Amino acid sequence: MTTIVSFIGVLFDGVAYGSLLFLISIGLSVTMGLMNFINLAHGAFAMLGGYAAVVAMSRLGIPFLPALAIAFAVSGAVGALLERVLYRRLYRAAHLDQVLFTIGLTLMSIATATYFFGPAQQPVRLPGFLTGQLHVLGVDLGTYRLFLIAMVVLATLALTFLVERTRFGAQVRASVDNQQASVGLGINVERVFSVTFALGSALAGLGGALGIDVLGLDPTFPLKYMVYFLLVVAVGGAGTIRGPLIAALILGVFDVAGKYYVPQIGSFVIYAVMVIMLLLFPAGLVGRRA
Amino acid sequence: MRFGNLGKKLFCGAATLALASAVSAQNVVKLGMVGEFSGPFAQYGQQILGGMKAYMKLHGDTVAGKKIEIVQKDTGGPAPDVAKRLAQELVTRDNVDILVGFGLTPNALAVAPVATEAKKAMVIMNAATSIITTRSPYIVRVSMTLPQITQPMAVWAAKNGIKKVYTVVADYGPGLDSEKAFSEAFKAAGGEIVGSIHTPLQNPDFAPFVQRVKDAKPEAVFLFLPAGEQGIAFMKGYAERGLAQAGIKLIATGDITDDGVLEAMGEPTLGLITSFHYSAAHNSPENAAFKKAYAEVNGDKLRPNFMAAGGYDGMAAIYEALKKTNGSTDGDKLVAAMKGMKLVSPRGPIMIDPETRDVVQTVYIRKVEKTGGGLYNVEFDKFPDQKDPGK
Amino acid sequence: MSALPTLKWNKFEIAFWLIPIAAFFLFPRYLTLGSQILIAGLFALSLDLILGYARIISLGHAAFFGLGAYTAGLLAKHGFGEPLSGLFAAAAVAALAGWITSFLIVRGQDLTRLMVTLGIGLMLFETANQASSITGGVDGLSGVEMKKIFGVFGFGLDGKAAYLYSLAVLFVVFNATRALVRSPFGLSLRGIREGERRMPAIGASVRRKLVAVYTIGAGIAGIAGALLAQTTQFVGIDVFGFQRSAELMIMLVLGGTGYLYGGLLGAAVFMILQDYLANLNPVYWQFWLGLLLVLIVLFARGGLMGGLAVLHDRVWRTSR
Repeated sequence: MTTIVSFIGVLFDGVAYGSLLFLISIGLSVTMGLMNFINLAHGAFAMLGGYAAVVAMSRLGIPFLPALAIAFAVSGAVGALLERVLYRRLYRAAHLDQVLFTIGLTLMSIATATYFFGPAQQPVRLPGFLTGQLHVLGVDLGTYRLFLIAMVVLATLALTFLVERTRFGAQVRASVDNQQASVGLGINVERVFSVTFALGSALAGLGGALGIDVLGLDPTFPLKYMVYFLLVVAVGGAGTIRGPLIAALILGVFDVAGKYYVPQIGSFVIYAVMVIMLLLFPAGLVGRRA
Repeated sequence: MRFGNLGKKLFCGAATLALASAVSAQNVVKLGMVGEFSGPFAQYGQQILGGMKAYMKLHGDTVAGKKIEIVQKDTGGPAPDVAKRLAQELVTRDNVDILVGFGLTPNALAVAPVATEAKKAMVIMNAATSIITTRSPYIVRVSMTLPQITQPMAVWAAKNGIKKVYTVVADYGPGLDSEKAFSEAFKAAGGEIVGSIHTPLQNPDFAPFVQRVKDAKPEAVFLFLPAGEQGIAFMKGYAERGLAQAGIKLIATGDITDDGVLEAMGEPTLGLITSFHYSAAHNSPENAAFKKAYAEVNGDKLRPNFMAAGGYDGMAAIYEALKKTNGSTDGDKLVAAMKGMKLVSPRGPIMIDPETRDVVQTVYIRKVEKTGGGLYNVEFDKFPDQKDPGK
Repeated sequence: MSALPTLKWNKFEIAFWLIPIAAFFLFPRYLTLGSQILIAGLFALSLDLILGYARIISLGHAAFFGLGAYTAGLLAKHGFGEPLSGLFAAAAVAALAGWITSFLIVRGQDLTRLMVTLGIGLMLFETANQASSITGGVDGLSGVEMKKIFGVFGFGLDGKAAYLYSLAVLFVVFNATRALVRSPFGLSLRGIREGERRMPAIGASVRRKLVAVYTIGAGIAGIAGALLAQTTQFVGIDVFGFQRSAELMIMLVLGGTGYLYGGLLGAAVFMILQDYLANLNPVYWQFWLGLLLVLIVLFARGGLMGGLAVLHDRVWRTSR
């Protein structure tokens, strides 16, 4: 009985961890998949969101939930600005150039964050209703983890609706599939890409702010977790919402279960699962739209 | 305003370098600092250098008629090849007299042969693996060793009615050393280790490990993790899973409640018992003067931690040694002068063991409390004159 | 097959190789940095072979560098400190690992390869950390004692022996690589680069060639790692680090892929700049490095070699 209870607990933690992986990676899936742009500076936008939330909460005294909205908005705005000034020039560049360029941005963001906030970890205080555990049917469930899962459900629904049901979504899909034809149809491709990029950045910022409590926040954030973003997107298949979601959940559950049941090799599990999944599905779980 | 400041900060490194070459080499003692100033361990370098500067603020930049200068080099993290190259360059190109700094063990170990070959004194201000001082007769350590600060925790726990302990350590050399030191001392004092876990180095989520500990129902869990976000992550798991309510005490080495991150960890740390050699809350006139000078030199953004204390005491040892040698920077003479040296540090009395050139000091048992508007490690018990049991 | 490229040296190549020789005499106090640049250059050369010629994007190339470093380091630590045999052993171990993992890499596209190589690198890092009784774990492998090269030249503080040793090894390996890419095998690699799907049509087995080139690239990376271990006489676990793979990629792309010289040039520029910036400003130097990368991509795409090639073409055309 206890083994079953602990197994359910592990499963829950895994899903929650996977949810977090999904939240910090989905923005990358948007830019990488929809716009075919390898944006390794994704973590910098996530970090920006994190710092925006921290500043809003600790210096301006804004509560946690509105601070999340601020993180979303700030990262989105900075993303839009950078897209206009810099990223736009690189849409047609080779992938390698994009990698180099975004690594450069990442290094700059690290030094800038160190200057303004110092190298130390930033404190974050969650509101009381998000701390502690709920006792449900003999299993202890972390409140914040439940909150993360709820956020994932919300984000997935909103994004799916946006991409598949709205006019804007149709424009994005058209622009990605065939730029020239879309221009011919009167779609303002440039603006569609701007908005998409801003959306990806804003989602990164939201993920960063939500992640502080588990991942911490310091200037090396963008490099430290780059592997995790790429992992989720590569395994799931960039450009879809379903793919990264499934991938994040699988990786999360395996990682947590590995650490709980076989802690000796706990650190290998997530990488091993990744390599195996990539060998089974070289194009990602849910292949990108052709 | 902010940006004017930025420019100044960005280029002050260049200015000190230019200045260094301008002063005549005769009356100058050059300290070559190999430290971590960028990357994930950037705080190490900043803290150590901050402590060194605080000492110079209080005691002037001249000793035995010689002006003290610091040449600062960045390894960018654990990069022994870079550290060794920098040390070689400091010795052959910048003609430094003493090698100082060393936040991380691999960097210190890689540089040890350079000190031996160049016959330069090398002062370790943080790196804590036991074997370092055995790697060169020119190495003197003023910081600590892991077994030194771990063992008292085990003895204290056994004395205070804790009989069953689960150990959780980070899965790397220092973690395993710490686990060994704790287990041996705890078993010798009549305790029992009911389980142990090694957690991965790159590990954002401790929930599964915390759950495993909780399921094993020990009386206490002993924790060793590198200072930084890992400690925060573990404390969050500890609080969220309600281990304290389940009657499982948390004991640890002071790395986890490092003064530099204690505020970021927040209230979940209240009541946490740790053993360590330095606390910013240490009550002594020396510590008060140190903290004041540190804030004046480095601003009040960062609270000085044990690394800063290490930097401060390293400078103290160098100043005192130079006084004894009348300003001679000969490596053999300096090391001889430091052997057996006694200092009153911000952490309390310390001594350099004449046999091992390692630090001998008081290890305190502390509890996290809210005093003076913040969270501090408040000392309430102590183990004087602790040597490194690892040697 | 009448028009195989010749192996004759042109004047630019000769001039290029005179630079490190001149540097030995001109900058005697920078030789340690110099030898590390040469090693990084060799490492970048190995990546150029697989990235520039076979189009395999790898973010885990440090895996082979690290295997080479630990092989040479462990041999020397346990009494087999003869440098040249250490290099051969390191090359063999790294090449073997490259051959085994190549089967995972040849399938899949850019992003998949990127992540598989990254995953393998990270797993090796963890393995080295777990096997700390052998490797020294995060504290590093100390006690690496090298014998003298040919029993004559010892590695000293001045870095002279290390520099000349690294330069000699780089030169020999570079020449072998240069001959390789100008052989029919190398030309077929170029064909794969231009159009992977077309190659089977002219009777070339793409898969087998990719396996071969990946194995060779791994072996060369192993030699580079061994050189670092031998000249530093220490092996830190960071040899397996993600950062090393990422920096390697930066160096190569900075220099320009597919020229062989690009990696050497990129390594030199990157490391000199890094050293210069870090001295100028130990805390915030990464900002300037990042800015430089951004500017290069915006204004000097194709890397330094690409830029030089354009320049050369222009001069050549106008002079005619």
